[in-house]
Amino acid sequence: MNWEIVMGLETHVELSTESKIFCGCSTSFGAAPNSQCCPVCMGLPGALPVLNEKVVEYGVKVGLALGCAITPVSRFDRKNYFYPDLPKGYQISQLYAPLCTAGRVEVGGATIGIHEIHMEEDAGKLYHDPQSGETLCDFNRCGVPLLEIVTEPDFRTPDQVVAYLELLRERLQYLGVSDGKMEEGSLRCDVNLSVRPVGRDTLGTRTEMKNLGSFKAIARAIQYESQRQIALLERGERVVQETRRFDEERGETFSMRSKEEARDYRYFPEPDLPPVVLSQEYVHHIRDNLPELGEVKRKRYAQQYQLPEYDCQMVTSHPALARFFEELVELGTPPKQGANWIMGEVLGALSTRSLSPQRLPITPKTLARLIQLVSEGKLNRNTAVKVFEAVFDTDGDVDEYVSSHHLEQVLDVELVGNTVARVLEENPQSVADWRGGKEKAFGFLVGQTMRALQGKADPQTVRRVLTSLLDNM
Amino acid sequence: MNLTHLTALELGRAIASGDVTIPQATQAALEEISQRDKSLNSCITVLTEQAMERAETLQKGLKPGLSPLYGVPLLLKDNLCTQGIKTTCGSKLLEGYVPPYDATVVEKVQRVGGVCLGKGNLDEFAMGSTTETSHFGPTRNPWEESRVPGGSSGGCAAGVAAGFAWYALGSDTGGSIRQPAGYCGLTGLKPTYGTVSRYGLVAYASSLDQVGPLCRDAADCAAVLDILQGKDSRDSTTVDGNYGGLLSSLTSDIRGLRVGLPVECFGEGLDPQVAQRVQEVAKVLQHRGAILTEVSIPELKQVIPAYYVLASAEASSNLARYDGVKYGFRAEEYKNLTQMYENTRSQGFGKEAKLRILLGTFVLSAGYYEAYYKKALAVKEQVKVGLERAFATCDVLLTPVTPNTAPKLGESLADPMKMYLSDLYTVPANLAGLPALSMPCGVDGEGLPVGAQLMGPRFGEQLLLNTAYAYQQETDYHKCVPRGGEGR
Repeated sequence: MNWEIVMGLETHVELSTESKIFCGCSTSFGAAPNSQCCPVCMGLPGALPVLNEKVVEYGVKVGLALGCAITPVSRFDRKNYFYPDLPKGYQISQLYAPLCTAGRVEVGGATIGIHEIHMEEDAGKLYHDPQSGETLCDFNRCGVPLLEIVTEPDFRTPDQVVAYLELLRERLQYLGVSDGKMEEGSLRCDVNLSVRPVGRDTLGTRTEMKNLGSFKAIARAIQYESQRQIALLERGERVVQETRRFDEERGETFSMRSKEEARDYRYFPEPDLPPVVLSQEYVHHIRDNLPELGEVKRKRYAQQYQLPEYDCQMVTSHPALARFFEELVELGTPPKQGANWIMGEVLGALSTRSLSPQRLPITPKTLARLIQLVSEGKLNRNTAVKVFEAVFDTDGDVDEYVSSHHLEQVLDVELVGNTVARVLEENPQSVADWRGGKEKAFGFLVGQTMRALQGKADPQTVRRVLTSLLDNM
Repeated sequence: MNLTHLTALELGRAIASGDVTIPQATQAALEEISQRDKSLNSCITVLTEQAMERAETLQKGLKPGLSPLYGVPLLLKDNLCTQGIKTTCGSKLLEGYVPPYDATVVEKVQRVGGVCLGKGNLDEFAMGSTTETSHFGPTRNPWEESRVPGGSSGGCAAGVAAGFAWYALGSDTGGSIRQPAGYCGLTGLKPTYGTVSRYGLVAYASSLDQVGPLCRDAADCAAVLDILQGKDSRDSTTVDGNYGGLLSSLTSDIRGLRVGLPVECFGEGLDPQVAQRVQEVAKVLQHRGAILTEVSIPELKQVIPAYYVLASAEASSNLARYDGVKYGFRAEEYKNLTQMYENTRSQGFGKEAKLRILLGTFVLSAGYYEAYYKKALAVKEQVKVGLERAFATCDVLLTPVTPNTAPKLGESLADPMKMYLSDLYTVPANLAGLPALSMPCGVDGEGLPVGAQLMGPRFGEQLLLNTAYAYQQETDYHKCVPRGGEGR
């Protein structure tokens, strides 16, 4: 029998607001345990939440970028359960009236419906000390704002899932609402999966997979879980509705809790927070000010700058790169040259330093000047690459560096001529070899000349002068 | 003149004029506490040294133009967070818990020169109507020590009535200020929901809780509410009532005021003596120029079950944080996390708190949410509508505070249903978020105070205070003090 996989995603996005969703504490990552908490996010008796309006703004941006309807009056609800990382004994979330509903995105030829997007607070982190057997709580993450984006069960292949997540991550980055880093947990994804015979309309029993830490893990988990379910059904057994954890090392999923053990969260309206009322003007204002998203930029770059598709893709792979590119072009850099430098030197330098494009130290102005020196013939390309490396980390002054290191390209034809003549004199054997038909000897003579000029000559000029002198000998 | 029998404003004036020093007043109150609180048990914590120190400091800062309550000592209900001072909520679970911050209302009374003498006893987490469910033992009524002072702000009410302080800040979720005020012969006010910040008030039922004053008369209530009211950026449910100055606008001119008497509040179950006292209030108001009208609000019949469903539901969630993980009591023995939770909460909560947590958890559970919680919400809406209708034809409503005067200790615990039902007159104001005031209107055959309640429309505090003020111009009930003190 042929089987079809049916999947829906629940993605948690950690928003990059400066402060938490219900208090003024910092959201920055990696601070000393329990150094970024206050009575509100620690749930001390008597403390009350106050909504951070930035979270609503970010939520609306994401909703609009995913084609959602924005709920004019949305509300918060309490999700009640006991766990030591949840200091109030309930999570403030949205169930009955979420911020956004009914969106859709096109990915890889499929249309994915967005069921809803709601705002909620993150929980803390627990550390289990294997030596003492004790568990320690770090509440820094408590109250970090999250969006949960719930799709319809519209995915059929792992590729679609990954493509959707890549698209989602890119949009989040372009909107500037999240860094979208799966490794750091700012993008977390649960996959609901069921299988059914091809052609059947009704859905099979689904399982929910958690603990999926990378795109690769997601694709593998889907592969494993769909095979497991198909095998069960083909043996005439039933799929149990349950939550399963993916073990990345073993590449398998394991049961966490079944439907019978599922928690009753006893949701009810959060009495401490008034409804979130959004005017049409507010939503329109955000819509009118949405930044240009990646796919729009790619189309524009291809049209406006005649960049090849591959270049468009690379340059827009992160909004910080695209911004860098646009500023380069604005400063007068020819688009293709700018793209080449970004795809080559800039991405290379970032990768050897393990830096994200947001942390790019060099400014477009500096690179534009460097490119300009090359096109004016004042610097040759190889020297320019060395200068780039030298000024990259500090955004140093290109002209100053070039002059203090005497790197200006030697344009003096007479000087080049004299040098070539001396080189020919010093290397009679190579001259003889060249006359004997050894092409390699020419290259050697070019190299010797460049060396004598400390690499600062324009290789074209050297070749031209060398050819004419050899011809005239 | 006995200092401890002055009203808060009278003492404030005496302090401002230099007739009394703040340390003298503080000393006098602390002496009353040390003499009588062993038997009354109105305070969980008495801040003898801090209060004297603060009194000395405030005395040095005395100058013209300060708050009318500058230097006047007060009590705080022990569910209001006080930085560096134990805040127990009358529970074993928070025995020894010291908050790192002050409630907004605590900051406010301190800013105007309040001297906090101690933390008043209460029913555990403000759940009860008698102050008998406190982990720290019951409080007794200073009028008759075999009687309860009411609850849950019973410690504060007993303390102010006994002359331990000139006013107190309590909290009212279903009558917890007005009912003990009624049982102890005080004037107490539950403000419009959102008028006073709840930041730092340990939540019982967040959508109903409201902080307010327990005082000796209406003018004092106006003065205290002037201090407490106002929008707070730390409590999103606060609103700006634009009250102006409640005290400065206080007037006894109530000519033409339409006073409604809801028939539902004068029916079955009401002690005839209480009914008679409240009818007498109506007569006095009429004498001052008010117009009496009978109104019917049938929606009021459903308030008790709706209240207990909603309040318990919110309480079950609000009290989830007392799990032994972070602060307060933790059971000594447990083998795993679940047992730690179970043992901590089984041993830490008293019977009444457990009862309400269980009830609240039940009504929010899958399958019961619609049948109970949603239905109770619908009733709440109906009560609002019913009261709005009433306020279309009258300015204030007059009812008893409770069907009876203060019961004996132990009686209510033996018959909790009777206790719940006795909240009948006070609960509607909480469900509808409206202001309501309780004031003394005489005593019953056994010499126990009887309370009358005035309920007003949203932000109608000034009307309530004016009405009570007018009544108190005609009567002396608010000046009566319990046995053991002499009248003025």
